[in-house]
Amino acid sequence: MTGADGTASWAEALVREHESHAVRPGREEQVLERIDRARRRRATVREEYVTMAHGAGGKATQSLIEAIFLESFRNPLLEPLEDGAVFGAGTERLALTTDSYVVSPLFFPGGNIGDLAVNGTVNDLAVCGARPLYLSAGFILEEGFPVGDLRRVVASMAVAAEVAGVQIVTGDTKVVQRGKADGCYVNTAGVGLIERPGALGVAGARPGDAVIVSGPIGEHGVTIMLARGELDIEADLISDTAPLNGLVAALLDACPEAVRCMRDATRGGVATILNEIARASGVAVVVEEDAVPVRQAVRGACELLGIDPLYVACEGRLVAVVDGAVVDTALAALRAHPLGEGAALVGRIGEDPPGLVLLKTGFGGTRIVDLLVGDPLPRIC
Amino acid sequence: MRFVDEYRDAEKARALSAKIASLCEPGRQYKFMEVCGGHTHTIYKHGLEDYLPENITLVHGPGCPVCVIPMGRVDDAIHIAERPDVIMTSFGDMMRVPGGRGSFFDSMAQGAEIRMVYSPLDALKIARQNPDRRVVFMAIGFETTAPSTAMTVLRAEAEKITNFSVFCNHVTIIPAIKAILDSPDLRLDGFIGPGHVSTVIGCGPYAFIARDYRKPLVVAGFEPLDILQSIYMLLRQLAEGRSEVENQYARVVPWEGNPRALTAVNQVMKLRPYFEWRGLGFISHSALGMRERYAVHDAERIFDIPGVRVADPKACQCGEVLKGVLKPWECKVFGTACTPETPIGTCMVSSEGACAAYYNFGRFSRERVREATR
Repeated sequence: MTGADGTASWAEALVREHESHAVRPGREEQVLERIDRARRRRATVREEYVTMAHGAGGKATQSLIEAIFLESFRNPLLEPLEDGAVFGAGTERLALTTDSYVVSPLFFPGGNIGDLAVNGTVNDLAVCGARPLYLSAGFILEEGFPVGDLRRVVASMAVAAEVAGVQIVTGDTKVVQRGKADGCYVNTAGVGLIERPGALGVAGARPGDAVIVSGPIGEHGVTIMLARGELDIEADLISDTAPLNGLVAALLDACPEAVRCMRDATRGGVATILNEIARASGVAVVVEEDAVPVRQAVRGACELLGIDPLYVACEGRLVAVVDGAVVDTALAALRAHPLGEGAALVGRIGEDPPGLVLLKTGFGGTRIVDLLVGDPLPRIC
Repeated sequence: MRFVDEYRDAEKARALSAKIASLCEPGRQYKFMEVCGGHTHTIYKHGLEDYLPENITLVHGPGCPVCVIPMGRVDDAIHIAERPDVIMTSFGDMMRVPGGRGSFFDSMAQGAEIRMVYSPLDALKIARQNPDRRVVFMAIGFETTAPSTAMTVLRAEAEKITNFSVFCNHVTIIPAIKAILDSPDLRLDGFIGPGHVSTVIGCGPYAFIARDYRKPLVVAGFEPLDILQSIYMLLRQLAEGRSEVENQYARVVPWEGNPRALTAVNQVMKLRPYFEWRGLGFISHSALGMRERYAVHDAERIFDIPGVRVADPKACQCGEVLKGVLKPWECKVFGTACTPETPIGTCMVSSEGACAAYYNFGRFSRERVREATR
């Protein structure tokens, strides 16, 4: 068995190494402290080129935002890195947000890039506590893109805007050469009016609070994966894309003052949102796996691919942290709304360990739910 | 969900946990190695260690397919992928594995065309659709994935698809286990045997472990109850003074394996005299290369490959972790210089890698986590 460079010698060296590493009391704590220090270090982007991981919503995206965008644009409105910025204008408080859509395929079961773009921006405003008012729409079109497809996209944007009660009041169009874009990209920005007192924010969670999701998770992400047709899996699933402003209003009406923060669980899924909350609030988020609503088809597809539904995108589900005392009222209000029928209490906020999301698994064990680096990658076996 | 939930039943887990505890001799320390990365993943994903008494330690073995790929092979693959006439194809979890000069993802960012596939047949489809390009499949994995690579080569041959080739990095599990057993003073009490590999090779090849090294081995499935039951079976063997090969995963693994799959592998591939393993160095007869007869589908023969050997980074202790000599958190760079965002070693890349699993799922002491979730 001794190989070309002497496999026996490594073994001996290793045993010596192992003995020197014999577990001493307190050593594990030292390691954890070292890791915590490393994690608190300022974000850096070491890559020389942008990779797909930088767009996946996990740690790589976070580093890119913090080390490049925040570093240059730094200001108090941007710093909290919420879904939108909230600021005063005259006597009013406004929220402003923007988002770009590059989904492939452009048309998928349950929607297309158009209604996705409207709903996404409406939702970003809604979870800031704003009533969405006006949207802009920018289009980047590839030479050769069928006008018929463009009509369909735009028509569904009009319908989505009407359903959400917003108007698309300004826009922009650019056409690029064939091959320089993938059919059609859409950017939407939106402004909304904040009519309620009080501040919502990911830093607002406190021990004793309850964590709620508004319905079954992961449907948009799995629908898109299946719609790409690379997996040869068929499932009866449609994207959950929907405007959440009505649902948010119902929640805020039912328990004003008691809602700490809301987020729509898009890229990176519920797990990413919960990590942002844990980090920003300096609390532990403890989630019960069995309490998280996941449809069978989503679970099945995720099992096959070896990915965790907690990281899969939704486009019409929100995560809300509310005062633990009002959890029943909050759930009742959400469930009374058609988009919140599947709302569930999934966890609670604790004190220790701060900054972490812990999962009580359905099997009865516990584990950490960390941010992913990039997209969840299917495992080979 | 049928065929899944029944293997994740918390009540059955509690019952098994009690039986496991009752078999443990007080004061004795037990060390079992789960050979397969899939098991490591399951253990952390479900928090399985919460069901084990303190005196049972699980040691994570070398069976994570991407973890054992040496940096030089990644560099070679990137060298091929950078050719303008090539479309490289790869399984998803290979994409982030760092070579000496970056990963597939980095190479893509600089213009290489690398596509993620779910099966080598997808790569063959891409070859069919792109007759003017040369499509290379980055083949990795143990005996589990080697048959599908072999079958794909046979199909390419039958369909005369000559623009499809395989960059073969398949490895075999037995030499790696033997290398671990031969480490002096590395005391293991038994093995949780690789389930998927055994669907192909069967249970027979493990006989020497029980016979010559007197260590019990239980071939185990990948659901958390499978693993608990395997641990129970290992303890029962120890309690009864036996060392045998047992099959817990009989619902999937036939004792004799899958002779047809083995035939296909044997037809297309042959053992290499030696192969470098990440962290473990060169191990003789531990990997598969393509046979001469299929040279037209062998990327190593078609392309001019630098074949440079890149030494593992000095600070990296992946080898020790792969052999179970070190717990992931005992590595010098664990969680500081080496993290899932900026992995130095492969164990930190794949979700099956011991370090990544430990970092993502189990970084904190069990007591602290238990306290927090009470």
